[in-house]
Amino acid sequence: MKNDIVLAGVGGQGILSIAATIGLAAVERSLFLKQSEVHGMSQRGGDVQSHLRLSDKEIASDLIPYGSADIIISVEPMESLRYLPWLSEDGWLVTNSNPFININDYPPIENVITEIRKVKNHIIIDADAVAKENGSLKSGNMVILGAASPFIEIPFMSLENAIRSLFGKKGEEVVELNLQAFRAGRKFSGG
Amino acid sequence: MQKLLLLGDEAIARAALDAGLSGMYAYPGTPSTEIMEYIQSSREAAEKGIHREWSSNEKTAMEAALGMSYAGKRAMVAMKHVGLNVAADGFVNSAITGVNGGLIVVSADDPSMHSSQNEQDSRFYAKFSFVPVFEPTTQQEAYDMIFDAFELSEKYSVPVMFRITTRLAHSRAAVELKGEIPEKKLHLPSDPLQFVLLPSIARKRYRALLSTYESIKYDNRISKFNRFTDGKNRNLGVITCGIAYNYLMENFGNNKPDFPILKIAAYPFPKDLIKDITDRCSEIMILEEGYPMVEESLRGILDSGIKIYGRLDGTVPRDGELNPALVGKALGLPVRSGKEVPEIVKMRPPSFCAGCGHADMFNAITEALIPYSPGRVFSDIGCYTLAALPPYNAINSCVDMGASVTMAIGAADAGLFPVVAVIGDSTFTHSGMTGLLDAVVKNSPVTIVIGDNSTTGMTGGQQSQATGRIENICLGIGVSRDHLRLITPLHKNHEENVRIMKEELEFRGVSVIIAARECIQTATTRKRSKASNESILNVQR
Repeated sequence: MKNDIVLAGVGGQGILSIAATIGLAAVERSLFLKQSEVHGMSQRGGDVQSHLRLSDKEIASDLIPYGSADIIISVEPMESLRYLPWLSEDGWLVTNSNPFININDYPPIENVITEIRKVKNHIIIDADAVAKENGSLKSGNMVILGAASPFIEIPFMSLENAIRSLFGKKGEEVVELNLQAFRAGRKFSGG
Repeated sequence: MQKLLLLGDEAIARAALDAGLSGMYAYPGTPSTEIMEYIQSSREAAEKGIHREWSSNEKTAMEAALGMSYAGKRAMVAMKHVGLNVAADGFVNSAITGVNGGLIVVSADDPSMHSSQNEQDSRFYAKFSFVPVFEPTTQQEAYDMIFDAFELSEKYSVPVMFRITTRLAHSRAAVELKGEIPEKKLHLPSDPLQFVLLPSIARKRYRALLSTYESIKYDNRISKFNRFTDGKNRNLGVITCGIAYNYLMENFGNNKPDFPILKIAAYPFPKDLIKDITDRCSEIMILEEGYPMVEESLRGILDSGIKIYGRLDGTVPRDGELNPALVGKALGLPVRSGKEVPEIVKMRPPSFCAGCGHADMFNAITEALIPYSPGRVFSDIGCYTLAALPPYNAINSCVDMGASVTMAIGAADAGLFPVVAVIGDSTFTHSGMTGLLDAVVKNSPVTIVIGDNSTTGMTGGQQSQATGRIENICLGIGVSRDHLRLITPLHKNHEENVRIMKEELEFRGVSVIIAARECIQTATTRKRSKASNESILNVQR
C-alpha cells in the first residue's frame, strides 16, 4: 500500500490540520509516514503545500516525485491546479470551490472550475456551504478531508478517531462539529 | 520504546533533551525555529529547568552556549544558515578554545531559498573551522546522531556542527526514542587557560585542533554514519551527502540499486571510503544537497582523475535543492511527469496579513516621500520586506539583519538626503542597535523607522527582545528626545503619521520613528488563547 497526497492551499488556511488528522490515523494504523510542510515566508498569504506520504513500507524521499501523487487535496480551487505536475494519471483531485482572492489577477472562477473539470478524476465541493449547514464555517477543512476520504487508503473509522483525538482538547462540542463536517464531506463524494 | 511523529527540527530538539542537554540557545530563523520551540513547549525541559530563552541574535546565542559548555554542561545552539554568518566569530574560535561540556551547533540550510537571502552551505564553515559535521538523512538518524555528537564533542573537546536542510527540518516522520541521559554536573575546565585565546595559547590550541581533526575521522561515532554499499554494476558509483540519499533511493522504489553507493552523513570522512568506491568504479556521480563541496574536493584543481558527474558539469543543476526527479534525470532513469500547470494559475506571493500595521506604516512612508525622487528606502529582514512587492513597491534594499540602518548611513555619507531605514523591532535588537550608535556618533542625516509589532513575526511570532525597550534603547544610545517619535500605524492616523514622517525627513540629523502596533497574528492568537483559557475556567467552575 502506498498513498501519496499533496495538500494545497493559501498560507493561513490551515491545511496542516488536514495533514495532522491523516498523520494521526496513519500512525494508529502503524503505517510509515513522511510529511513535508511549508513554514516561514509563504505562510503569509502565499501558496502553501504539504507532501504527505503513507506506506506499509519504508519511505525514502520526503518529497513526492512528479506524476505519482494519488490525491491532491486543496482548500482553494486555483491552488489545486498548481500541483498538477505531481498528480498521477489516475489520481484524484479534491478541492474546495470557494476561491481565496488576495491577488489582483485572480482568474475568473468559472475558468478555474473549467480547468479542474479537465482532470479525469475530480471532486469539487462547496466546503464552506457544507460546513455552514453543519453548524460551523470553521470546519470547512474537515468537509474537504471527508470528501477526499474515499481515496485515502485508511479506514473511515481511523480518520474519525484521529479527528476525535486532534480536537479532543477543545471539548466534545468541537469534536462533534468536526465529525459532522467530515461525514458530510464523505457523503458528498458518495463514500 | 516510545515512538513520536516529529519534524526533523523536533527530532533534534528531543534528542538533545534526552541526551542530557542543559541549555538551548537560538535566534528564530526558518528552517531552524522549531528546534527551540519544541524545547520551550516541553514539559520535561520546564521541570528540569533547562535553559530555553531566545537570544538577541545568533552571536549571543553561540557565545552563551559556549559559556554553558565552559561550565561543563551540554549545550546546543541553533540557527539558520545565514545566522551562522552572524555567529561566525564565536563559532570559528570555539573550535580553537575547544569545549568542556558537549556543544552542538545546528545550522539549518535553505537551498532554493524558500525563506532566505542565499543558499550558502554550512559545511564549508565547518571545514574552514576544523569542526566535525553530522548531516542526517532521516529524522530518526537526526535523533540518534545527537547522542554521538555530544559524546564526540566531549571526547575530542571540539564543538560539533549539525547540518540540516529545509526538507529534513520541516518534514515529519516517526522517531523511536532512546532512554534519557542525566544532565552533566557543573565542572570547570581542568586547564584554567583553555578558553583564553592569547596568541601564545591560541597557537598551541590551533595545532592541537589540526591533529584532532585528522584523528576524529576514524572515530566510530563518525564512521558508522558513512556507509559503503557495494554493487555488481561497477560502471558508475554514486556518492550521496545528507538527504540526497533519499532522493536516490526513491528512484528505485522497492528494488535495490545494483551499483556501489557511498552514503556520507558525517565529516570529515576517511579517505579509504572514497578509495573503496573510486577503486571499483570507472565513473562517479556525486549528489549533494547544497554546494558541490565533496565534488570540488574530489575533482581537485586539475580535475584530471576519474570521470565525475555532479553539479559542476551540469549533470545536476548548479543551484537549488535536489528532488527525486533531478536525481533520476542525472542517472538517466525514466522520470515520470504529471500534467503541466495550467496557464490560468497565477503567482501567489506572500503578502501582509489583512490588518497588518506594517501596511499602514509603508503607506505613510511612501506618501511622505512623494516630494523626493525614488530609491531612498533601505529595509531589512522580516515580514516588512514584503513591502518590496506590489502594490507597495516601497523598499530598495534587503540584505542582512541590521543592514537597513548602516546602508542608510553609507548612502547619507555619499550625499543622498533624505534617506530612510525601515527595520523591525526584533531585527533592531538583533543587529540594528550598533548601526544606530554609528549614526548618533557622527550625527548622520538618516530617518530610521522601527516597525515595532512586539514580536519576531516572519518566523511565527516568537518573543522579541525589543518588546517594551526600544524607546529607552534609542535614548540610551543618544537619539535626541525631540527626534524620537512614536506613532501608531493605523489607517485613521494616516494624515498625522505622514506629517510626522515629513518633519523628520526634513531634519538633518538622526531621527527615529517608532511605528508601534502589535502583530495581527500574535494579537489574534493571544485573544484566542485568552478566550479558550476562560472557557476552560468556566467549565471548571
